[in-house]
Amino acid sequence: MQQLLTLSLNGIVLGSVYAAFALALVLIWRSTRIVNFAQAPMAMLTTYLALVVLDAGLPWWLAFVAALLGGLAIGAVTERLIVRHVEGGPEINAVILTLGLFIAFTALAAVIFGSDYRSFPTGPFGVRGFRAGDLIIAITPFQIFTIIAVIIVLGALVALFRFTDIGLRMRASAFNQETARLLGVRVGAMLTLGWALAALVGSLAGILIAGGGLVFPHYMDAIVVFGFVAAVLGGLDSPLGAVIGGLILGMALSFVGGYIGDSYLALTALLILMLVLTFKPGGLFSTTKTRRV
Amino acid sequence: MSQDITTQSSATSSDDATEGTAATGQSDQGMGDRARGLWGRAMDSNGTRHLVFALAAFIAVVLVIETTSDFASFEFTRFGYYAIAAGGLTVLTGINGQLSLGHGAFMAVGAYTAALLLTDDRGTPLLVVLVAAVLTTLVVGVLVGIAAARLSGPYIAGATLALAIAATQVPLAVRSLGGEQGLTLSTPDIPTWVADVHFFILGTELGTNQYLAYMTWIVLIIVFVLLANLKSSRVGRRWAAIRDDEVAAELVGIDLGRDRVIAFVVSTGAAGVAGAFLALATGLAAPGNFRLDLSLLLLTAIVLGGLGTLSGAIIGAALLTYLPGYASDAGAALGLNSLKAAEIAPLVFGAVMVLVILLTPAGLMGEVLKRRAIRRAKKRAAAQQSASASSA
Repeated sequence: MQQLLTLSLNGIVLGSVYAAFALALVLIWRSTRIVNFAQAPMAMLTTYLALVVLDAGLPWWLAFVAALLGGLAIGAVTERLIVRHVEGGPEINAVILTLGLFIAFTALAAVIFGSDYRSFPTGPFGVRGFRAGDLIIAITPFQIFTIIAVIIVLGALVALFRFTDIGLRMRASAFNQETARLLGVRVGAMLTLGWALAALVGSLAGILIAGGGLVFPHYMDAIVVFGFVAAVLGGLDSPLGAVIGGLILGMALSFVGGYIGDSYLALTALLILMLVLTFKPGGLFSTTKTRRV
Repeated sequence: MSQDITTQSSATSSDDATEGTAATGQSDQGMGDRARGLWGRAMDSNGTRHLVFALAAFIAVVLVIETTSDFASFEFTRFGYYAIAAGGLTVLTGINGQLSLGHGAFMAVGAYTAALLLTDDRGTPLLVVLVAAVLTTLVVGVLVGIAAARLSGPYIAGATLALAIAATQVPLAVRSLGGEQGLTLSTPDIPTWVADVHFFILGTELGTNQYLAYMTWIVLIIVFVLLANLKSSRVGRRWAAIRDDEVAAELVGIDLGRDRVIAFVVSTGAAGVAGAFLALATGLAAPGNFRLDLSLLLLTAIVLGGLGTLSGAIIGAALLTYLPGYASDAGAALGLNSLKAAEIAPLVFGAVMVLVILLTPAGLMGEVLKRRAIRRAKKRAAAQQSASASSA
């Protein structure tokens, strides 16, 4: 009972982080048809940025905001200067490009900040669980913050896309670039904004993973796989699917880690991915049969 | 591009036969071809050309290994197994158009197979070890290949990325694979007759590193001749057709799934034997040798060298082997500590990979081939122009 509760809570926390990361992948996929494997090192770089701010003796919240703004900037710059040139080209070029960025960003962090493990503080939030009578409720204030932060960002994104003019423009650009352009939408700017927002969400996931844990240039490597699996679970095209996929994967990995062992996590993710791709290639919630040509 | 060149030259050499009665415009070209004689015609056959290259390569390998130091042989071995793996990946990615970010995992399968055969018993002959490594990898390759053949683009990239990450965890989960420390192995003894032949011809003792370098490069030459023949065969043309246009390929009756699986399996076989040599050369099969970096660097190698050209795979592997040394020195000269300086190389690789995709997607070797094809086409056009001018 105790373990079940602990693992479930842990699964929800992990799941919300995977959901955020999957959402970042989905945002980029929808607008540019590119899976941004460089999302992980981009988030890693912004976490280092937060560490720099903390090292300067500035408050935790400032570091948190710096990381998010850093994400916004790195996403926009990457799209505008580099990725723009392969959009609409052969799929394989775009994938190789993001992998090149993956290698370069990871190495860049190691050159600038070194490869040592550094701990990332949780700021104003504690890392001790609560106790209700005999039952230990193994969720820490930082984990509660994690869930709330993800929910806030999700809500903000939904509001942006549903209720604002700019959100409508972004949806139009993702739906059909040609038509959107004819209707006077500056598609290029919308794509840049899409990448910037995605990188912001990715940075949030990066900080939430780092908080209370260790930061090193490769600390997000596994997360990009988990985020990708979560996104594919949800269909790669659907933001809501990404969130649900993230939660499912978080639960699954939490239970596998708890009952079987941590060294089976990546294998489990691989297995889930292969099962989904074999039986439901359009994601768990796909209804129409899609045929990719 | 290279396909173009070979079809061109075989077309002109068939002109040779009818050259006596040929019209004035073509006889110029026919004369040029006859001047190339037997050698030129022999080189028109792919098989013969590959064998001649192989022989030349072997002589070069002997020269390199015999004239350089023991440590150079060690590095040369590394160059060799990177090139074998990159050659396999070239077939898959460059020629068949399937991306694999998981080839490090297949190298791991080959390495662990070799290690398991050589931990208690160093008497196992090298050939047996290599064949076993290839066979085990092929079995895994078939399984993964069947799953991967259904996927396209980013999906296959993501799935093989997951494979690369998962592969490093298998040794932690399976106890007999030695966990984080991995398995240590000893190099099989050099067969006495090999040592004798070496001493008889060159008059020097054959060291272990030299022996491994020889074996790696002999296998490399065999693998590359096989891959080159495969590339220019019926199967290779089907692969290229699938890469260039899936729908068109399917319409002309190519079984996409089957050919994709074959390409995947061939490619993993090369990775398996490369992994076995990695384990033999380093004396260790451990998860740390097969991290995601390895898979990504292999991809870097084939992109830098030029997607789809086997010579590009060798160039890429050479960069992978020798550039880090220079890059670290440069980093140290800039005042970085050794750990940070070691990261300069991947930084350069990643940045150059991005630049290659942005500027010249065909890679270094592709660029050379393109220039050569353009030059030849210009020359031919000029020759034709002058011929028609003189006949007019």
